[in-house]
Amino acid sequence: MAEQCARLWIAGAPHQIILVGRNFARAEVVAADLRVRSPVTNVECIEVDFCSPEKIQHLADRIFSGGAVDLVLIAHGVLPDQQQCQIDLNACGEALDINGISPVLFAEAFAGHMEKNNSGTIAVISSVAGDRGRRSNYVYGAAKGMVTRYVQGLQHRLSGTGVRAVLIKPGPTDTPMTLHLKQQGARLAPVQRVAADIVKGIAAGRLVIYVPAKWALIMNVVRHMPKVLFDRLNI
Amino acid sequence: MVAVTSWGRLSSADHLVASLRSRFDAGEVIKATKPGIAYGMGRSYGDACLNPGGVLWETRGLDRFIRIDIERGRLVCEAGVLLRDIQEMTIARGWILPVTPGTQLVTVGGAIANDIHGKNHHSRGSFGDHILGLTLLRTDGEVIECGPHLRREWFCATVGGVGLTGLILTAEIQLQRVSGPWLNAETIPYQSLDEFFELADGSSSEWEHTVSWFDCVSGAGRGLFIRGNYVDVSSGPEPSGRSISVPVLPPVSVVNALTLRAFNSGYFNIGRLRAGCSVVHYESFFYPLDSILKWNRIYGPKGFFQYQCVVPRLAAKEAIADILKAIAKSGLGSFLAVLKTFGNRESQGMLSFPCHGVTLALDFPNKGKNTELLFNRLDAIVGEAGGRLYLAKDARMTRSFFEATYPRFQEFLTYRDPGVSSAMSRRLMGY
Ligand SMILES: Cc1cc2nc3c(=O)[nH]c(=O)nc-3n(C[C@H](O)[C@H](O)[C@H](O)COP(=O)(O)OP(=O)(O)OC[C@H]3O[C@@H](n4cnc5c(N)ncnc54)[C@H](O)[C@@H]3O)c2cc1C
Ligand SMILES: NC(=O)c1ccc[n+]([C@@H]2O[C@H](COP(=O)([O-])OP(=O)(O)OC[C@H]3O[C@@H](n4cnc5c(N)ncnc54)[C@H](OP(=O)(O)O)[C@@H]3O)[C@@H](O)[C@H]2O)c1
Repeated sequence: MAEQCARLWIAGAPHQIILVGRNFARAEVVAADLRVRSPVTNVECIEVDFCSPEKIQHLADRIFSGGAVDLVLIAHGVLPDQQQCQIDLNACGEALDINGISPVLFAEAFAGHMEKNNSGTIAVISSVAGDRGRRSNYVYGAAKGMVTRYVQGLQHRLSGTGVRAVLIKPGPTDTPMTLHLKQQGARLAPVQRVAADIVKGIAAGRLVIYVPAKWALIMNVVRHMPKVLFDRLNI
Repeated sequence: MVAVTSWGRLSSADHLVASLRSRFDAGEVIKATKPGIAYGMGRSYGDACLNPGGVLWETRGLDRFIRIDIERGRLVCEAGVLLRDIQEMTIARGWILPVTPGTQLVTVGGAIANDIHGKNHHSRGSFGDHILGLTLLRTDGEVIECGPHLRREWFCATVGGVGLTGLILTAEIQLQRVSGPWLNAETIPYQSLDEFFELADGSSSEWEHTVSWFDCVSGAGRGLFIRGNYVDVSSGPEPSGRSISVPVLPPVSVVNALTLRAFNSGYFNIGRLRAGCSVVHYESFFYPLDSILKWNRIYGPKGFFQYQCVVPRLAAKEAIADILKAIAKSGLGSFLAVLKTFGNRESQGMLSFPCHGVTLALDFPNKGKNTELLFNRLDAIVGEAGGRLYLAKDARMTRSFFEATYPRFQEFLTYRDPGVSSAMSRRLMGY
């Protein structure tokens, strides 16, 4: 999703982009593509350990020492196997770390710098899965729920400042993360479309963005569904 | 399992879809899931990209550009990149793809594997003629770098090889210099096949792009001849950017004798009104159908065939006339009868379709037996004239017809990847 967003951003105007990933070579592949698309865009890659608070803090400090950042998009995550998480607490812990704690740490590290400058936008990708826990993926949902609540708090903290925090909640989308769902024939939104909605939503200054938009409605129903009914759903 | 169709929507069998996402692990994926066949945008009409009950390697995720040499117009990219995305990226920098089909919503891999042609075969040949090199991944893990001057036999097997030599991973493409996105286009109505041939021959040296639309319903022999050249103008019309979609699958084909007649004469009359010269954007000139999404649904749940043949130049006049007569007589008609000439450049691919001659392409709603009977009659004419059918469009020719009309198929077989198999390869080659 982040890659598709970057393609849209650079199509409009020259940008300076820093790709932060766990693997430099993989990020470089994306960077090379962006450079071909927009020779006037400057793309740099940084490798970092996504679960280390010190390294994340250091990364944010280092990036800001090179100048202020207008927009941070936090878009990492994995979809864990719920069954596996139930029998293996290591898997469960890892899923909570990378989907919950890690994005919070990134956002927190950048929020501090942006608040000091009184400008910037932090967009964090959560998920519709964080809106209500359900049996098929509540460990992932719990981590995303944490991100959602965190961004809500961050928005409260930043209200009245020049810094904006944006909460993005995609529905099921066709990306590497959902390969196995696709093979089972799940209906997935095209990632290009989801990215276009994210880019538009951020530009429009929205604070909560469901993508595709219909998920706002669907999740409203799901959130308010009485337990007796909800329990009968196999979701 | 996921139901997958090709453009003709003749079948929608379940497939195991393995999406390729990174050129670095594509090799592992195809090795672990073989046998399978590459699937790009599924813009082939027949079964070239299908493997019912088996594995499809979906290549759309391999959509990264790798590098571009803007001075020389050379682009290296992954095989799942769309032709549209290339052109959108290069046009402002003075380059465009030298050869594209009637839709730009196809992948680079698909364009190579069918060695596709455009409206300018007479001036620029086919897609494979502009490929400087490609990387081919075999299902046993071997990586073959090949090109027109490097392991040429692998290149010639892969260009037009309908995916059967392995997975095309990346390609280097030579782009064409253009001064901008606009063409000077001229539309000329014609009233007979003879007139068509005169126009085509008279235009081939001065006009880079030529194509014609032919009304094969009325039996009148009329058509519209369209030709175009890139022009150096500082501004011109932009494509509308808007698109409409056929939202639902109608329960039966909405293409029937009545709508066909109305459409064909309507199109002809509009074209006649617009006859003359105008400056048009390349998207409107080359890809008029791309703004109608999912137009293939209009033929209903049974789908449709496209019959595209080429007949050598010497036999062309007579053969094309016979084909058109047979179609008019059958009453099974077609919306889009496209008639154009191919130049005398020899295709590189062992199974490439184009040859010096005339090609005719027509859509037919699937009416079962009647349609098949007509096709058999057309095959007889095409075979007799020494022509052949286009694999990108075909869903039904027989193995013996294929063998008789693709003289290099035997040579091709030695380059096949034993871990690749498609509905088409089983139909035409036995495995
Ligand atoms: C509206 C319309 C107009 C058209 N006009 C023209 C035209 O003017 N001229 C013309 O020549 N064709 C034309 N076509 C046909 C089209 O260009 C070809 O069928 C093209 O190959 C489709 O590309 P695709 O990416 O959809 O590939 P698919 O249809 O998905 O696959 C086509 C073949 O390529 C193989 N393949 C795909 N990717 C790879 C890969 N990475 N490695 C190895 N093999 C691969 C597949 O296995 C299959 O055999 C038209 C089609 C449409 C729908
Ligand atoms: N796809 C959906 O249906 C969906 C729905 C709702 C929300 N989301 C959320 O959307 C965001 C983007 O996901 P996506 O769908 O675009 O999936 P994706 O393409 O798989 O992207 C996920 C990214 O996370 C990175 N990542 C995973 N584990 C990591 C780790 N341990 N350390 C560092 N980086 C790690 C991956 O890096 P590598 O490239 O190195 O693997 C990849 O770049 C995620 O937050 C996801 O939870 C997705």
